[in-house]
Amino acid sequence: MTVRSRRVLRGTAVAGVLALGLAACSSGETGSGEAAQDAEAALEEGGEITVWAWDPTLESVAADFEAENPNITVNLENVGTGNDQYTALQNAIAAGDGVPDVAQIEFYALPQFAISEALADLTPYGADQLEGTFTPGPWGAVQQEGAVNALPTDSGPMALFYNARVFDEHGIEVPTTWDEYVEAARQLHEADPDAYLTNDVGDAGFTTSLIWQAGGRPYQVDGTDVTVDFTDAGTQQFTSTWQTMLDEELVAPVGSWSDEWYQGLSDGSIASLVIGAWMRGNLESSVPGASGDWAVAPMPRWESGQDVTAENGGSSLAIPAASENADLAWAFLEYATVGDGVATRVAEGAFPATVAELEDPAFREQEFEYFGGQAVNEVLAESAAQVGEGWQYLPFQVYANSIFNDTVGQAYVSGTTLTEGLATWQEQSVAYGNDQGFTVDQ
Amino acid sequence: MSTATIPSVRGPRLKTRTVNKHSVDRPRRSPLLTVLTAVVLVYSLVPLVWLLINSTKTQQDLFTSFGLWFGDSFALWDNITTTLTYADGVFVRWLGNTVLYVVLGAGGATFLAILGGYALAKFDFPGKRAVFAVVIGAVAVPGTALAVPTFLMFSQLGLTNTPWAVIIPSLISPFGLYLMWTFAAEAVPTELLEAARIDGAGEFRTFFRVSLPLLAPGIVTVLLFTMVATWNNYFLPLIMLRDSSWYPLTLGLNAWNAQAATAGGEAIFHLVITGSLLTILPLVAAFLLLQRYWQSGLAAGSVKE
Repeated sequence: MTVRSRRVLRGTAVAGVLALGLAACSSGETGSGEAAQDAEAALEEGGEITVWAWDPTLESVAADFEAENPNITVNLENVGTGNDQYTALQNAIAAGDGVPDVAQIEFYALPQFAISEALADLTPYGADQLEGTFTPGPWGAVQQEGAVNALPTDSGPMALFYNARVFDEHGIEVPTTWDEYVEAARQLHEADPDAYLTNDVGDAGFTTSLIWQAGGRPYQVDGTDVTVDFTDAGTQQFTSTWQTMLDEELVAPVGSWSDEWYQGLSDGSIASLVIGAWMRGNLESSVPGASGDWAVAPMPRWESGQDVTAENGGSSLAIPAASENADLAWAFLEYATVGDGVATRVAEGAFPATVAELEDPAFREQEFEYFGGQAVNEVLAESAAQVGEGWQYLPFQVYANSIFNDTVGQAYVSGTTLTEGLATWQEQSVAYGNDQGFTVDQ
Repeated sequence: MSTATIPSVRGPRLKTRTVNKHSVDRPRRSPLLTVLTAVVLVYSLVPLVWLLINSTKTQQDLFTSFGLWFGDSFALWDNITTTLTYADGVFVRWLGNTVLYVVLGAGGATFLAILGGYALAKFDFPGKRAVFAVVIGAVAVPGTALAVPTFLMFSQLGLTNTPWAVIIPSLISPFGLYLMWTFAAEAVPTELLEAARIDGAGEFRTFFRVSLPLLAPGIVTVLLFTMVATWNNYFLPLIMLRDSSWYPLTLGLNAWNAQAATAGGEAIFHLVITGSLLTILPLVAAFLLLQRYWQSGLAAGSVKE
C-alpha cells in the first residue's frame, strides 16, 4: 500500500510544483459565474454521478437530492473508512479509471490530494465566496493557495465529554484547565484503580489537536516548501503535561474505536474524552447503555481564562480532477454542504461546519435526552468559534500519521519520552517529504 | 533379603512391558506430547468458543459481561434475524456473492488444476521442465503481492468493480495445479492408461471414465484449498470492488466493523460477531463433510508401494 502511494506521490509532487503555478493563473481568469451556470445546465440535463463516502448521513442527502432532481442518479458507495478509501482513490486516480465524481476526504488528508493536483479547484463555481458560510477552522482546512479544494461537511471543534455519574460518585470537579485535568485523573484513578479519566495509546489526531490548542504550529507549508518543527513552545506545553499523564499511568491503555473502548465508555471505566463535537452522535448511537451519564463541558485550557480550542477530525467533500461530471458533481456537493442537505445531516446527528446552523437558536438550544437534557450544542458551537487559527497539515499527512505509532507511540510502551518520540516522528516525516520531492526543513 | 526382592520387583515390570508392547497401532504415550496437543487444541478452539458465546449477546451485553462466558441475555436468534435483515438484508446479498465467487472461482480453479495437473503428469511434451519451473515459482509468489498489478491490468480492461475482477484471478491456483500434478503421477498408473488406450478408448473417455475416479481424493483436497482461499479472500476484492453490492462477506463484515470508527456511525459489534459466525459455518460444514476424502488425499503418495 505504502509503496503504491509513494510512487504516485513522487511523480505528482514534482508535477504539482509546475501545475500549482498554472492553476494560480487560470483561476483568476475564469469568470466565477460561468461554471456555476454550467452546473445549472447539467442539473437540468440530468445524468449520473458516483459519490465515495462513508458518512452515513449522506444516504438521506443523496435520496433527497434524487427526489428533487428526478433525472439524476447518485451512486453512493462506501469504499471504506478513511485510509482504505484514500488508497482506493489514489489507485483509481493512478489507473485513470473508476474515479468517483465526489469523494469524502478528511481535513488532514486534503493537502495530500490537493498538492498532487488530484482535486478540482472549486473557485470557478464561486466556492471562494463561501468564506463566511463556514466556521474558520473547517474553512482554513479546505482552501489553500487561493484554491478551494473541497467544502466541509462536518467539523470537530473539541470539547470535554465526561461521565457525570462517575464524576459525581467520586466528587471530581469538572476540570477547566489541563493542570486540573491531570489532577482529576489522579483523583479518579486513586479512588478506583480500574477507572481512568481517559484512554490513549498514541493517536496522531489527538496529539496534533492538543498541540494546535496549545499554540504550537509544527507544520508550515508553502507550496512544496515544508517545515516540520516539534520543538516550539506549544508542543513543549503539550508534552510536559501529557508526559505526566503517561508517567503516572493515568491513561487507560485502550485504543480508541476498539470494542474495549466502547466498553469503557459504557461502564464508566473511561470517564472522559477530549474529542471532536461529532462524538455527540457516536455516544448516542453506539453507547446507548450509558444514556443519562454523559455531559459536555468546554475543552480544558492550557492557561485559565484563555479562549482557544482546536479541531479534531472533520470531513469534506471534494471533486476529483479526473471526474467527467464535475458540473453535476458540484450541484450535489453544493446541495450537501451549503444547501438543504445540511439540515438533513444535522437532523441525523452530524455536527455542522456552517455558521448559519451553528448560530441557529433552535440548534443551540436543543436539549438532548442522552445528555440528561443538556443543551450540548451550545458548548460545542462555542468551541467552533474559538478554534485557533493558522493550523496546517502536511501535504503527506496520511503517511506521517501512519508512522505515528512506530515513533511517538513508543512513548506509550517503552521508556522513550514524548519529546523523543516527536523528534523521531519529525525526522522520519522530513526524510519522507524530501524523498517525495518536497523541500522539507526541520 | 535383598537378592530375593530384586527379581520379584523386576518380574512384574518385565511383564507389563511385554503386555504394553508399543507398536504402530499402540504408540508409547508421551505426557509431554499430550499436553502440547491439548494446548494447541485449546488454542485453536478458544476463538471459536468465544465467537459462539458472544454471538448470543446483545450489543450492550458485549460491553458489560465477561468475554468467555454467557451474558444476561440470550439473543442469538435475535442477532441472526437482525444480521440477515440489517440494511435491507445486505448480508444475504454478500453471502450470495461469496457463494458465486466460490462456485465459479474455486470450482473453476479446481477444474483447471485437474486438467493441467493430469496433462503434466501423464503426457510428455517439449518444455515440460520449463512449465514445472514456472509453476513452482508461481507457488512461491503470494497472491497479495500480485493484487495491485492485477488491479492495474484489470482497470485497463475495464473489468474492475465487476464480479469478474474477483472470479478471474481466483481461477489460477498454482498450488492446486502442483498438487494435482504430483497426485495424478502417483494415483493413475500409466499401465492402466495404456490398457484403456489398447481397448480403444479415446483420450477424453480415458480421462473421464478411468482417470477421474482415481483422482477423486486429490480433487477434493484441491477443492477444499481453493474453496477456503476464495471464501476468505479479502485483499483482492478489497482493491477490485467499490460497489458494496458486489462485496463478499469478508469485505462486508469489515465495512460493518468500520462503522464503529466513523463519526456518526453506529457500532454494531453484535452483528459483526454473529455475521462472522454465520460466515464460518459453511466452511466448517464443508470440512466435516469432505474430511474423509481430504485425509486420504493428503496421505497419498507418501508411501511408495
